[in-house]
Amino acid sequence: MSAALKRRFVEQIKVMFGAEPQKPALIEERALKVHQLKRMTNKAELAAAKEAHRAREKNHKWRNWRWATLIFVNLLFVVSYHFDIQLLEGALTASRFAGFHLIDLNSALQVMLAHKHIITNLLIGTGTVLVLWILLGGRTFCSWVCPYHFLAEWAEKLHLFLVQKKIVTDTPIDRRWRTVSWVIFALLALVTGYTVYEAISPTGIVSRALIYSSGILAMLWVLALLVFEVFFMRRAWCRYACPIGLTYGVVGIISPLRVKYTLQGCFHEGDCRKVCLVPHVLDTVIKGRAVDTEVPIGPDCTRCGLCVDTCPTGSLKFDIKGLAKLM
Amino acid sequence: MSENDTPKVGADETASPPVQGAAGTKPPLSKERRLQARRRALRTFLLGAGVFGAALSGYLPVAYAQKKRLRPPGALDEKDFLASCIKCGQCVQVCPVQAIKLADLSDGFGVGVPHIDARDQACDFSCDAVQCILACPTGALTYKKPAYMSVRPGAKLANKPILLAKEHDPEPTLNLTERIGVARLTRPESCLAMQGKSFKGQARGPDFKGKLRYMSVDRWKPIKVADHPYDVELCDLCVQACPIKGAITLETVITADGRQRKTPVVHEPCVGCGVCEMICPTEPASIEVLPGEGWRGES
Repeated sequence: MSAALKRRFVEQIKVMFGAEPQKPALIEERALKVHQLKRMTNKAELAAAKEAHRAREKNHKWRNWRWATLIFVNLLFVVSYHFDIQLLEGALTASRFAGFHLIDLNSALQVMLAHKHIITNLLIGTGTVLVLWILLGGRTFCSWVCPYHFLAEWAEKLHLFLVQKKIVTDTPIDRRWRTVSWVIFALLALVTGYTVYEAISPTGIVSRALIYSSGILAMLWVLALLVFEVFFMRRAWCRYACPIGLTYGVVGIISPLRVKYTLQGCFHEGDCRKVCLVPHVLDTVIKGRAVDTEVPIGPDCTRCGLCVDTCPTGSLKFDIKGLAKLM
Repeated sequence: MSENDTPKVGADETASPPVQGAAGTKPPLSKERRLQARRRALRTFLLGAGVFGAALSGYLPVAYAQKKRLRPPGALDEKDFLASCIKCGQCVQVCPVQAIKLADLSDGFGVGVPHIDARDQACDFSCDAVQCILACPTGALTYKKPAYMSVRPGAKLANKPILLAKEHDPEPTLNLTERIGVARLTRPESCLAMQGKSFKGQARGPDFKGKLRYMSVDRWKPIKVADHPYDVELCDLCVQACPIKGAITLETVITADGRQRKTPVVHEPCVGCGVCEMICPTEPASIEVLPGEGWRGES
């Protein structure tokens, strides 16, 4: 890893905790050359190329895979319970897949803090999930598994449509709040001895409502969250409140699976940032910002693949660290 | 600053505006930007307080809790139980009679926490082995409490309970060391046995959905209570239905007016499963399980 990339790696961790992305202070020589070259290119030619690329059909490959995976996983829970096939038992907070314990890291953390007692099954289940999401990239959970994310994704579409129609305005708040809320929920569990967060966690609520058809009142809270996101604040829960995302984000910092940006062919038309669910991780695609010719997207990325689908030049691609060297 | 959140990213691509704090030096903010930042900070604070309030509102039902709920077998004491339950519902999934239900938001921090409504469907140990305890991944339901946790007064069972359905098996006991409640004849005046009355028909009427395992019908499979009508000279349904050996018997008592009456008497082996409450044909039930209660001697 080049010095500039190392620096960016640390900065991206800060961005995950809520810092705003900054203009890079250090850019590798070879990247600077590419930036320079792009400045000298004929603007009209570039614009024409952009238009040509944008005119092609919309590609939804990764989005479709993702939605299929998300629905499949959640359906597997539902089917396992209703037909008693014991394949994936439990709910998203804790489950057993073919007998193996799987326990959501944030739920486990809340229980450990509240109960201050850890038993073997809890440790085993937490361990398997930890390994799984270290490999896949922490926030992969959010966009590929979390059922609330799915609902919120539709709410976000609706919100953006209303913004475009100038019916609602987006009111972003400080992203650092998510870190603060993580600490608050952890402290609440520790001090009260209750898993306070679990009472309002839409991930758990939606998961249980799907599987057990229980918690109708609790679903009203989820509905209220969605209404708030549609009319007032884009993706409020996932962006500014949910501690699960941050927990998994931290776990996935060293994950080998990520989206990689290649500077060379990029036209900087910014289509990727328009569709990105966490646009602060894509700051590197802004003209002149890439610190190297190849830049991995930071740990707050949910690996949703929307940018990969959208990028007309193939400059954003899923990548497994070190795989290219092996092949 | 908010550049990252606005959808019109592509527009200011080439002529990117001065990014705040670029390369270490912070240019002074314009009045407009300062106002924006202040509004944003205020919004952050308000939303934060809102979420925090929503989380804490979960306390109200706990603070005002009047009704104790019956927890699944092997449950830790209420506070430890709420702290350790991960709300996954794996106990719900293994229960063969669907006795375990998950709580809603109105139950405060109990949202997603399992409980048993004995009158609707009691735990009749159809599973033979308290599998809900086996399924629990966090030890909220446990065969054996960790040493540092105290035992509720009267919760400790003198002996492991003998399951009548397994009485002739090599291992007839249930792996339970503490009771989850105790049955009491809370309405002796309405008890049919106390009144010397007989009972004929479906215990809870034709519409009752609750299930029970009848050893005389099938040792392994619970059937609907409505499908198993009774015909008894003197009502002793609670005694007949009780799955635990020696937990309840019908005894003769002398009432205040000097007459001999029969009454159900609960004994020490009662684990608080709630089958007697479910089967009781009077409305409301004459015998009930008091959740979380301990054994205080025969009265």
